[in-house]
Amino acid sequence: MSAALQLRDLSKQYGPAVAVDRVSLDVAPGEMVVLLGPSGCGKTTTLRMVTGFVEPSGGDILVDGHSIRMLPPYRREMGIVFQSYALFPHLSVARNVAFGLEMRRQGRAERDARVAEMLRLVRLEGLADRLPRQLSGGQQQRVAIARALAIRPRLLLLDEPLSNLDAALRQEVAREMRILQRDNGLTAVMVTHDQDEAMAMADRLVVMRDGRVQQIGRQEDLYERPATPFVARFIGHSNLLAGSVQDGQVLALGGADVALAGRYAPPAGSSAATLAVRPERIVLAPPGTHPEERVVGRVALSSYLGAAVEHVVHVGTDQRVVVNGASSGPAATARFAAGEAVALCWGAESERVFDAADRVMPRSASNPAPVRSGHDSQTISKVASNAR
Amino acid sequence: MAAQAMMNGQAAISPAVPVAGIQQALARNTARILAAIGAVVVFLPLVLTVYLSVFDESLIAFPPRGYTLAWYGQILDKFGEPLWTSVQIALACVVLSLLIGIPAGIGLSRYRFRGREVISTLLLAPLTVPGVALGLGIYVFAVWVEESSGLALSGSLALLIAGHVLITLPWVVRLCMAGLVNHDRAAEEAATSLGARPLTVIWRVTLPAMRAGVLAGALFAFIVSFENLEMTIFLVSPGMNTLPIAVLTYLLYHIDPLVAAVAVAQMVLIGAALILLDRFVRVAQVVR
Repeated sequence: MSAALQLRDLSKQYGPAVAVDRVSLDVAPGEMVVLLGPSGCGKTTTLRMVTGFVEPSGGDILVDGHSIRMLPPYRREMGIVFQSYALFPHLSVARNVAFGLEMRRQGRAERDARVAEMLRLVRLEGLADRLPRQLSGGQQQRVAIARALAIRPRLLLLDEPLSNLDAALRQEVAREMRILQRDNGLTAVMVTHDQDEAMAMADRLVVMRDGRVQQIGRQEDLYERPATPFVARFIGHSNLLAGSVQDGQVLALGGADVALAGRYAPPAGSSAATLAVRPERIVLAPPGTHPEERVVGRVALSSYLGAAVEHVVHVGTDQRVVVNGASSGPAATARFAAGEAVALCWGAESERVFDAADRVMPRSASNPAPVRSGHDSQTISKVASNAR
Repeated sequence: MAAQAMMNGQAAISPAVPVAGIQQALARNTARILAAIGAVVVFLPLVLTVYLSVFDESLIAFPPRGYTLAWYGQILDKFGEPLWTSVQIALACVVLSLLIGIPAGIGLSRYRFRGREVISTLLLAPLTVPGVALGLGIYVFAVWVEESSGLALSGSLALLIAGHVLITLPWVVRLCMAGLVNHDRAAEEAATSLGARPLTVIWRVTLPAMRAGVLAGALFAFIVSFENLEMTIFLVSPGMNTLPIAVLTYLLYHIDPLVAAVAVAQMVLIGAALILLDRFVRVAQVVR
């Protein structure tokens, strides 16, 4: 099956500054892909190049196999939902939805029927004659979606569509948008900086940073097998510990050594490495009591957060590790007071080591690793090479 | 209001700092008195003009023998022709300054380009030049052009209107730009993505959004042109009269309540136009 949207080495430079750097991506028909990253990562610029409002400096954009790079934005047939909704304030809800059809010079009857159908789709039938300012934020957003879909767009593009909604409304709208997109088989690209929103909406995610794609994959890929320390931090708030790998089995942090669960082969010439471990994968135990003890630290802070207990532990001279555990139930975590010495423990499947160039450091074959983690490492290198 | 009430409460329940309370009350009352004086200074002449306009006297004398509305009946007889000239010139100015000012306003508020500051300054500068200097300058320029090219510029209607456009244009540009300040640019991109070509976008989205600014600009252009005296005096041809010039000429030879009646009629007309306009668009939003 050919891709509905293809980005080929898409780039944008503003003078010497590179906003988007050779982004390539295939979006399958009916798929929802979310571009995710902090502000300034190039995700919005990438979307705006697809809409045609920003001209690429290099690369190409293909829709159904045909380049649209030379098409002006008014001929691209993209349905866009803007962050501010961008409704026409002087037109009624129905006229807003009808706008694109008027531009296509459709007959009156056909147009009215389509508007009614769209308003039914977003459940706003009763509000056709209202002005945008008479609607709530959530309703305005649904008008924006109806207006974008009325023209039967080739792609639905969503620019931070939920960020102007109340936190309470956000989840509900996200769910509805996802169902709408699924049921109607729409191919969609969404941009957001919110990790939870992205996880909830996406078929696949594209994590971006400084104009570059860090990793493309499903939620599980990014969460379980991050390709870079940035992805590990951004998805799942991993702890990152910087040090150097010694003998393939120890990460020297400065002031403390971490006994790694796996055995690693650092690239020739550089032993610098970053260890990523997620807060909920670490178990706290009194030093010397746990078989998977990795390093001993000192508790700096212990907070009870309701469902979870959070410990902040100082490790080595100047690094910090956050540890999350259940506050009650069979897997309840042991609590430690500030100032107590505590051992941080985790299994081989929970740790991930990156080299100085932020690539996943392969586990060395000489180590008779358990079957599961061997399988894991194969997947890792595959994902990593896909991402590149 | 709330802040004031809070301050009052504070002053009442904290006897340790009575001085601060007294100072606040003093400041508040001073502000009120100043506002009252200001209102009197602004409105007293207007009230006096209205009062004068109904004197039954051919010379202005206190107290009048009686009161009459007869002066209002004479307005059209004595000033009909210059009034019509002024209205025509003002309408021409409105049309021309909208034709130039609306695109300029859109361009200046929408795009960042080289020379934007220069154009912006040029368009707004005539506001800061005294009318006499402007009128004299244009007159001298016209005479110079006429002498060197034989083109009959000075005293022509076209030159007069062009001169007026110079001082009405800043108002139109400013108000058009102000009308777009709160407009979401994404609405234009939305229209584009729905298939609207650039000119359609301006016609269907940008212009409706700046409607208040355009209407306010048109009204102000009309008023500015209609009441201009200093510049016009240099530019009219012999025998041509605008209303302000006719009034001035009349005042040279007569001191009677007719002039007051003309002034009141003008005030009423312009006031009515403002109120009417305000019913359609919130002029106050763009005129600040």
